[in-house]
Amino acid sequence: MTSVLPSVSSVSPNQSGYEAVIGLEVHVQVKTRSKIFTRVAAGYGHEPNTLTDPVVLGLPGALPVMNKAALDAVIKAGLLLGCDIAPVCKWDRKNYFYPDSPKNYQISQYDQPICRGGSVEIELPGAARNVMGGHKHIPLTRIHLEEDVGKLNHFASDSLVDYNRAGTPLMEIVSEPALHSAEEAFAYLTSLRATMVYGGISDCDMEKGQLRCDANISIRPVGQTTLGTKVELKNLNSISFVRDGIAHEIKRQIGVLERGGVIVQETRDYDGMTGTSQSLRTKEEAHDYRYFPDPDLMPVRVDDPWKERMRAECPELPFPKQRRFIEQYQLPYTLTSVLVWDRALADYFEETVKLAGVAKAQTVGNWIVNDLLREHRKSQAAFADIKVTPAHLAANVKLVDSGAVLPNAAKEIFIEMFATGDMPEAIAERRGLKAAPTDSGELEQWCRDAIAGNAKAVAEFKAGKESAINAFKGPVMKAAKGKANPKLVDETLRRLLAAM
Amino acid sequence: MSEVFYQSITQLAAELEAKKLSAVELMQAVIARTKAVEPRVRAFNSFDESDALAQAAASDTRRAAGQSRGPLDGIPVALKDVIAVKDQPLTASSRILANFVSPYDATVTTRLRDAGAVLWGRCNCDEFAMGSSTENSGFHVTGNPWDVTRVPGGSSGGSAAALAAGEAIATLGSDTGGSVRQPAALCGVVGMKPTYGLVSRYGLIAYASSLDQIGPFGRTVEDTATVLRAIAGHDERDSTSYRATILDYRAELAAHKGPWRLGIPKEYFGEGLDPEIGAAVEQAIAFYKSQGCEIREVSLPHTRYCLDTYYIIATAEASSNLARYDGVRYGHRSKQAKDGVDLSYQSRAEGFGAEVKRRIILGTYVLSSGYYDAYYLRAQKVRTLIRRDFLEAYKDVDALITPTSPVPAFKIGEKSDPLAMYLCDIYTIGVNLAGLPGISVPCGFTKSGLPIGVQLIGQPFQEACLLAIAHAYDRAHDWNTRHPIL
Repeated sequence: MTSVLPSVSSVSPNQSGYEAVIGLEVHVQVKTRSKIFTRVAAGYGHEPNTLTDPVVLGLPGALPVMNKAALDAVIKAGLLLGCDIAPVCKWDRKNYFYPDSPKNYQISQYDQPICRGGSVEIELPGAARNVMGGHKHIPLTRIHLEEDVGKLNHFASDSLVDYNRAGTPLMEIVSEPALHSAEEAFAYLTSLRATMVYGGISDCDMEKGQLRCDANISIRPVGQTTLGTKVELKNLNSISFVRDGIAHEIKRQIGVLERGGVIVQETRDYDGMTGTSQSLRTKEEAHDYRYFPDPDLMPVRVDDPWKERMRAECPELPFPKQRRFIEQYQLPYTLTSVLVWDRALADYFEETVKLAGVAKAQTVGNWIVNDLLREHRKSQAAFADIKVTPAHLAANVKLVDSGAVLPNAAKEIFIEMFATGDMPEAIAERRGLKAAPTDSGELEQWCRDAIAGNAKAVAEFKAGKESAINAFKGPVMKAAKGKANPKLVDETLRRLLAAM
Repeated sequence: MSEVFYQSITQLAAELEAKKLSAVELMQAVIARTKAVEPRVRAFNSFDESDALAQAAASDTRRAAGQSRGPLDGIPVALKDVIAVKDQPLTASSRILANFVSPYDATVTTRLRDAGAVLWGRCNCDEFAMGSSTENSGFHVTGNPWDVTRVPGGSSGGSAAALAAGEAIATLGSDTGGSVRQPAALCGVVGMKPTYGLVSRYGLIAYASSLDQIGPFGRTVEDTATVLRAIAGHDERDSTSYRATILDYRAELAAHKGPWRLGIPKEYFGEGLDPEIGAAVEQAIAFYKSQGCEIREVSLPHTRYCLDTYYIIATAEASSNLARYDGVRYGHRSKQAKDGVDLSYQSRAEGFGAEVKRRIILGTYVLSSGYYDAYYLRAQKVRTLIRRDFLEAYKDVDALITPTSPVPAFKIGEKSDPLAMYLCDIYTIGVNLAGLPGISVPCGFTKSGLPIGVQLIGQPFQEACLLAIAHAYDRAHDWNTRHPIL
């Protein structure tokens, strides 16, 4: 059965009288150098079947040995998400036949996952773009570690298997059925992905299959406490497809009930390109995986020193960082919502502020969000390769602040700095972008002329209207052909006015 | 002095060292013997003369250069066809792997190479080591050298028969429920199952992972100790391998002196035990008594559950271990398949024999949703009780002494009922379930001239002591100087 519905980004369940209940199962490939049970390298984009050995291929007699780095990563992920780390965990075999599975069983964790509990913090849409939305913690059921399988490629008359992916360490992160809309699922995945990237646990590139998501979706009349029949949606291979697929499925289920039908427990395949879904199998066809403890692997004990070692490697996560940036640097929400989601960018910001001074935090933030990101996007270079270091940017901010360079000139300097990696001082010098080295006698005369030419402004200033001073600055700058040091102009004007 | 192919490692090593014999000459003698007797014994699935002779020549070169690697350097050792040898066939005596060539060495294979052994011949066995007679081989039945109309035992029947027939100087087998000890008893050679975890399983085709252990066959306990020393020890490729201290087991034979306290488990001498075997084992017990050993009766009360427990755990693990043989990456591939998944089903239907299918079905059943707790989980609990029985007994004794097999070698085709066949392992299975070391030593012959073995069961990782106890008997008797007429 195929249902075709327009792709919708949002369904309002309340309007229809139904509430959606969604749980997500997210698979995240752990970024380790070697595979989970052998020394062969893990990787993407290599010649088919080159990242293999007897263990990966499940040759007769081959045995698995646990890669400690994979365990480290899962423990770290668990700590980042506030999970309880099991003191002892074991490995189980999940038995099923499929040609992409080299042993026809997958080594996984059944009843003793390494992490239980914990949550993913999400932000709901705010009242406006520049207003922070409400926050919510989506509880997790468990996280466990398992091995990835190979990849089947289908051709006209044949199917070929590539086992390069087989044996890549894979975390399965299972949420409670605690999400209620496609938007919440979107926010959940965005936050979870950022957490994994922040922790160095995975690059979470969905195009490379490093993050994959299945959704369990049911609906129920608003007010009902028991759960409706769930449908599992598979192959949601981008975060937007997850959102669209869930919205589509909620709408489909509402449609079925409205027409007097019943929801069948089944697994459906969502096609993000066409916005349609199709039944893969019903409950009756579900596998009996015959889980049992893998006799080839020993249980693992995770003691406190191990946990503490991993805790020491845990970075500050985006949401706590955002709250701190707002508090510590007085940054507006819009700036923080750009800065904190990229760990490199946030670190860049803080390093620059350290050099430029906390008072200049917002200025620094603006430079990064507007100028640096603009030039970076244009350059298409990797962020780590850009030539403007925090020292460059801090120096440029200081040049403006001291009056040595005017704001417009600083923008020009930045672009050249981005291209060449030269320090701003040198560029200003070379390009003649420095504010004029001012002869104090000449400047004083221009100021006197300006004051003499505007008695009204003098009176207003004397009466306490601070902004009246700006009326003198235009003529002074004009006389200086735009090259006067604005700070010095301001000081001189104030001195002369005070003496009057 | 007997023919060169019937000499012990100890004797041959001395001759090789004294340059009275070259490794090539030894290998040639073994090849000639193999060619002479193999049409009747059929112990091997395959052998590679030129490769073996090249290894022997390399051994001679080492020795000439003063770089001998020790007592195994130049000794032909044949491996059960479940142990991987790089670039050699690896079939598990199954049609499903009939054309498979291993691209890698098992850890024991590497260690034998390191010790200078000449790797020789792939020994026949029951398909995937499932059986007690080697009749379940997918290729051919091996004859017992003492009477080729009888079985050599199993599953490592080819390894035992090859040694008994002089087709190798030592062999390796694998023991999941008695598969080394029982054929050793039936063929009149020494066969040992080490403590679970002492010898790496990397490169051993898995039957039941929590029970499988590679073990050596030798003409003497001393030879068995020599081979064990070469293959034992922790392996980082096997998570279940134990960081035990590996001793020079042959040198240790002299270090452990009795008298020992030996226990006789009363449950091992009941109904079903052949009276001639019972009498021979009593004789062996009498020998130990005469040497001043303290003999006392002990009880292993959960013995009667061993067979059931074994056939639940072993088949459960096997059903999963054998899932990889699907014709996708290697091995037999069906030409009837409709699609990828069907390819697995058809290839397996065509490639596996009846006993293997029976055990896969049994194992699949006991792991199925709704049956797991009643069968698999319960069997694991009983397994713990069985192990406790042994450890309890070891509070009072150093080792246990029992028959190895309830019956001597039986006729090929005699036991058509699988359950009757399963009873062959009644005295050996408990040792695997408890993870203990056990050894079968020749202790006489039936009136009709069939070998009898006595089993000694030791404490975990106390192989040195167990071998010393076995050696005390072995060196005082000359059963191993008798050879079958072939």
